[in-house]
Amino acid sequence: MKSEPVLLARVGRERSQAIDTYLADGGYETLRKVLTGGWTPEAVTEEVKKSGLRGRGGAGFPTGVKWGFVPKDTKGKPVYLLCNADESEPGTFKDRLLMEEDPHQMLEGQILSAFALRCHTSYVYIRGEFFHGARVLQRAIDEAYEKGFLGENILGSGFSHDVTVHRGAGAYICGEETGLIESLEGKRGQPRVKPPFPAVVGVFGAPTIVNNVETLCCVTHVLKRGADWFAKIGRNEKNSGPKLYCLSGHVNRPGVYEAPMGLQMKELLFGDDYGRGMKDGRKVKAVIPGGASAAMLTAGEIEDCPLDFDGLAAKKSMLGSAAIIVMNEDTCIVDAATNLAKFFSHESCGQCTPCREGTPWLHRVLSRIEAGEGRAEDVELLEKISNQMGNGITLCVFADAAIAPVLSSIGKFRDEYRYHVENKRCLVGPRAAVEAVTA
Amino acid sequence: MTSRRYAVLPAGRPAEFPPDARARIERILSRYPTKQAALLPVLWVAQETWGWISREAAEEVARILELSPAHVSGVLTFYTMYNLEPVGRHLLQFCTSISCHLAGAGGLLEHCRRRLGIDLGQTTADGRFTMVEVECIAGCDRAPSMMIDDAYHEPMDPSKLDALLESLP
Ligand SMILES: Cc1cc2nc3c(=O)[nH]c(=O)nc-3n(C[C@H](O)[C@H](O)[C@H](O)COP(=O)(O)O)c2cc1C
Ligand code: SF4
Ligand code: FES
Repeated sequence: MKSEPVLLARVGRERSQAIDTYLADGGYETLRKVLTGGWTPEAVTEEVKKSGLRGRGGAGFPTGVKWGFVPKDTKGKPVYLLCNADESEPGTFKDRLLMEEDPHQMLEGQILSAFALRCHTSYVYIRGEFFHGARVLQRAIDEAYEKGFLGENILGSGFSHDVTVHRGAGAYICGEETGLIESLEGKRGQPRVKPPFPAVVGVFGAPTIVNNVETLCCVTHVLKRGADWFAKIGRNEKNSGPKLYCLSGHVNRPGVYEAPMGLQMKELLFGDDYGRGMKDGRKVKAVIPGGASAAMLTAGEIEDCPLDFDGLAAKKSMLGSAAIIVMNEDTCIVDAATNLAKFFSHESCGQCTPCREGTPWLHRVLSRIEAGEGRAEDVELLEKISNQMGNGITLCVFADAAIAPVLSSIGKFRDEYRYHVENKRCLVGPRAAVEAVTA
Repeated sequence: MTSRRYAVLPAGRPAEFPPDARARIERILSRYPTKQAALLPVLWVAQETWGWISREAAEEVARILELSPAHVSGVLTFYTMYNLEPVGRHLLQFCTSISCHLAGAGGLLEHCRRRLGIDLGQTTADGRFTMVEVECIAGCDRAPSMMIDDAYHEPMDPSKLDALLESLP
């Protein structure tokens, strides 16, 4: 049975974006309770820690613990909170929905988080393509100022907070938190050397916390219904809370689905409440469970596969942004890997030599195998290039992300790569069909 | 590297922001502790004002924000959404990332290419359309997804696209 939605509860409600409907649904009551009910910032952080909430942006770091890294004495510097609404990981489209349909849910979480951090200025870094999302959000912010949920002395509590929408301009790497910080400062969005970590030295040289849109939405519900309630949702206390899954690819019903953390992959793909099975009754060939950066899984590996941080780590992949991309048996795996390599080759920020040189090289070699011009040694060459890019030798984990689809697809579908090189054509897929006729 | 068509900005007319744009820039500046942080939003104002960002416009932004023109140009060429040359009245942005690719984005792109007789990065002779390829735009459940100017059109297919191309001014 499908559980009551939490994060998507208001999606589909008439005028779900407007503050009057949000207030009618009990919105901003939690903010009132926390700001005027004697809560301290420390108590809010403690509650979030207790809930087990882990960041929904990709890395799954415990949110309350991260907040705790902000130094007690900031030496007179302000603390900044940045909402990461860059959502650019291929296959991911949940934050867009959250912002376009229920912006106040996120905003309330953002103000609550800011209170916990003693932060008076926050920004929403939203990807440039979200013109509509940015407009919806700006309207929500204007409404929140009008009603006194933002600005000076919110609800007479003495706490003040300002939120500004900051639009990006097209660059995947600005989703990486230090790339985002550089971009917000008006520079090229190139990730920084760490340490220092943003919680100590972030934007404008001040302590900074970056949290994902969905994470901030979860904060609203942790404080509304309590850490214990939140911690009980999901597979276990380390993988807790409601979760949004982005399902795309060859299924009957792609979309954003909410379920308790740890939903079984098979349920998401085949369940009546979710994907409703494979399009045209085809078989599953491979699934990318966490966006372009996650290692592919085979049809065998999706048996008993809980979709949460630890469930996917156990399969040597990751939950990432919870972007589940399904490929059917007619998909040429070399073609899919080539497409993913194209993405990483376009999006490398160019600072580190292994990443700047390696990503286009991988794309070139894959393209030539796909085009039927592969050489006998090309598959090993792909592995060699990958091994020279990964294992944390670069400034950020982008390079490790770029090699994940290459190494996992070779590891799991080596025969298909070999067939490609030896026969100069695809084993399956639309091209294979054309070539079979013309051969 | 984020791919850009031109690293050197072509020249345009001398740029001076109209009064309403100046007022917007003042409001933007009030939201940040440094002038430099206003760079991306102010470049957006420039693009909305002129449709693209000429060398003169970039220099004007640099002057207002007290930045070097080299810094502004470095930033401009890093991001893909700033137009560094004039574009057609409508910017057709095709997503070709994985979920759209699996849903036939390649065929859609080819269809449009043939219909308009232009390639990626080019503008039709009548100045109506410019075609570009973009990476995942978060519309993967309605693949193939595309944007025309500021709006999403998804899922897209060849006949829907034909109708749109017909109806757009
Ligand atoms: C290459 C790269 C791209 C990323 N893109 C995003 C993104 O689009 N949105 C996001 O929330 N996090 C993204 N992240 C993760 C952020 O660096 C960061 O961990 C996250 O925003 C923290 O928020 P959370 O703790 O609430 O998850 C990305 C990370 C990397 C390495
Ligand atoms: S690993 Fe790649 S994306 Fe990350 S900083 Fe280095 S060059 Fe940039
Ligand atoms: S892959 Fe095209 S919108 Fe995501």
